[in-house]
Amino acid sequence: MRKIEENIFKALMIIACAIIVSSFFMIVGTVVLKGLPAMNLDMLTKTPDGGFYIGKEGGVLNAIMGSLYIAGGSSFLALAISLPIVLYINLYLRKGSWLAKATRLSQDVLFGIPSIVYGAFGFTVMMYFGLKASLLGGIVAVTLLVMPIMIRTMDEVMRTVPKELLDASYSLGATRLETVRIMVRQSAPGILTAVLLSFGRAIGDAASVMFTAGFSDNIPQSLDDPAPTLPLAIFFQLSSPMEEVQARAYASALILTILVLTISLSARILTKRFSKNKI
Amino acid sequence: MTSQPHISIQNLNLFYGANHALKNINIDIPDKRVTSFIGPSGCGKTTLLKTFNRLHDSSVDVRIEGKVLVDGENIYDKDMEVTHIRKKMGLLSQRPFPLPMSIFDNIAYGPRIHGTRDKKKLHEIVEQQLRDVALWDEVKDRLHTPAARLSIGQQQRLCLARGLAVEPEIILGDEPTSALDPRSTHKIEELFLELKEKYTIVLVTHILRQARRVSDFIVFVYNGEIIEFGPTEELLLNPKEELTKDYVRGFLS
Repeated sequence: MRKIEENIFKALMIIACAIIVSSFFMIVGTVVLKGLPAMNLDMLTKTPDGGFYIGKEGGVLNAIMGSLYIAGGSSFLALAISLPIVLYINLYLRKGSWLAKATRLSQDVLFGIPSIVYGAFGFTVMMYFGLKASLLGGIVAVTLLVMPIMIRTMDEVMRTVPKELLDASYSLGATRLETVRIMVRQSAPGILTAVLLSFGRAIGDAASVMFTAGFSDNIPQSLDDPAPTLPLAIFFQLSSPMEEVQARAYASALILTILVLTISLSARILTKRFSKNKI
Repeated sequence: MTSQPHISIQNLNLFYGANHALKNINIDIPDKRVTSFIGPSGCGKTTLLKTFNRLHDSSVDVRIEGKVLVDGENIYDKDMEVTHIRKKMGLLSQRPFPLPMSIFDNIAYGPRIHGTRDKKKLHEIVEQQLRDVALWDEVKDRLHTPAARLSIGQQQRLCLARGLAVEPEIILGDEPTSALDPRSTHKIEELFLELKEKYTIVLVTHILRQARRVSDFIVFVYNGEIIEFGPTEELLLNPKEELTKDYVRGFLS
């Protein structure tokens, strides 16, 4: 009897695993099957010509570059703000300090806010300052979106750094600032993962850039230019009634998927290599 | 050498929240000797050791009263620079915690912090300290590989060398052999016997035989109080207090 029970629950767990693995293959499969036929070099190397959205010549290079700029810029900006935060709450503040608690609580709440809200918030702020949708606007909105991810990932890693290791540094006469180096080195794999996770999230989000970054057929040349992004390019192409253009949506989705997969795979490989050799 | 003891503790009380963990501690730790703190687990011996270099600073809910004088200066004085105190003491913890860097950089970490930049000088320090802990021959060909690749016993000797590199006067050991195999333990114990020529050594241990092998003086701590303090043989063979007798005979744990 207990043997049967064991087997039933084992089977349920295997089914659950099968669902996640098959979802992965089905999604990637759909994107590949539908996207490949419309895929060509022009898609990757050209910006849209006049009639691109009604089926004429061109590609989505504008959106690829726009997305890379936004994801790169926001990951960098988010790291520049998040790293001091996590170092401060993990090295300087005592456990149970109210500031650490308040920071972690806000971070938790921000983590759960949908990206469209960040987009709307960014839009409101930009309206207030009289700014139009631009690369800068997009970077700021997406930074707000990925900062909680970054903080949480780094915080979780830094919390596992043994207190004795930090004590070892202190007992050699190091100050807290000098011990930051130890903390950063010890949690380097986690910091790298945090950056790549954020980059992946940033490059794929549509809602936060919709109002803040805008869209255009050109690669943005300055922070003031509107910045086209892949998710929005997919959205526009998919809303077209023409099958040819819809197929291009899948090709764009394929490009985006490959970018995100490359990032998450390299995150895994780099993290492994990092934790094996450096520490 | 002065007649003043290196570490002198006067009326020290420590509270963890409402828990009175160390009660009215008064003791002078003899200079250039090995002194062991023994006692059952949870008696406060590690807590006492950590007050010597203010490692309780970053813990919440810890309140300390009284004085810990190191070279005549109260380390709990408000104006006291904590890095200045800690530089005087090398710390060995229960498990070795090598810094996440190479063997060379682990030893050079302390001297670099305290201003030694000259490469040749750093190299001399690293070699000297590694020789002092009998690790040089084992690692001289791989100084620039990560310290984490050493065995646990080697790591603990590395941590000792790292502490010695800042030229401390005192070595604190918090059950420094508890994670080590018998051979590595033996090596560390031998090192302590050599090092006491130059340093004041304070050890926390729960192994009576170890205390007997390495220490000149023993402090028996029980329930947050110092019950008895005396020369090793005398305390172990002719304890004056009933509690010490019970502990030494193994009735108390």
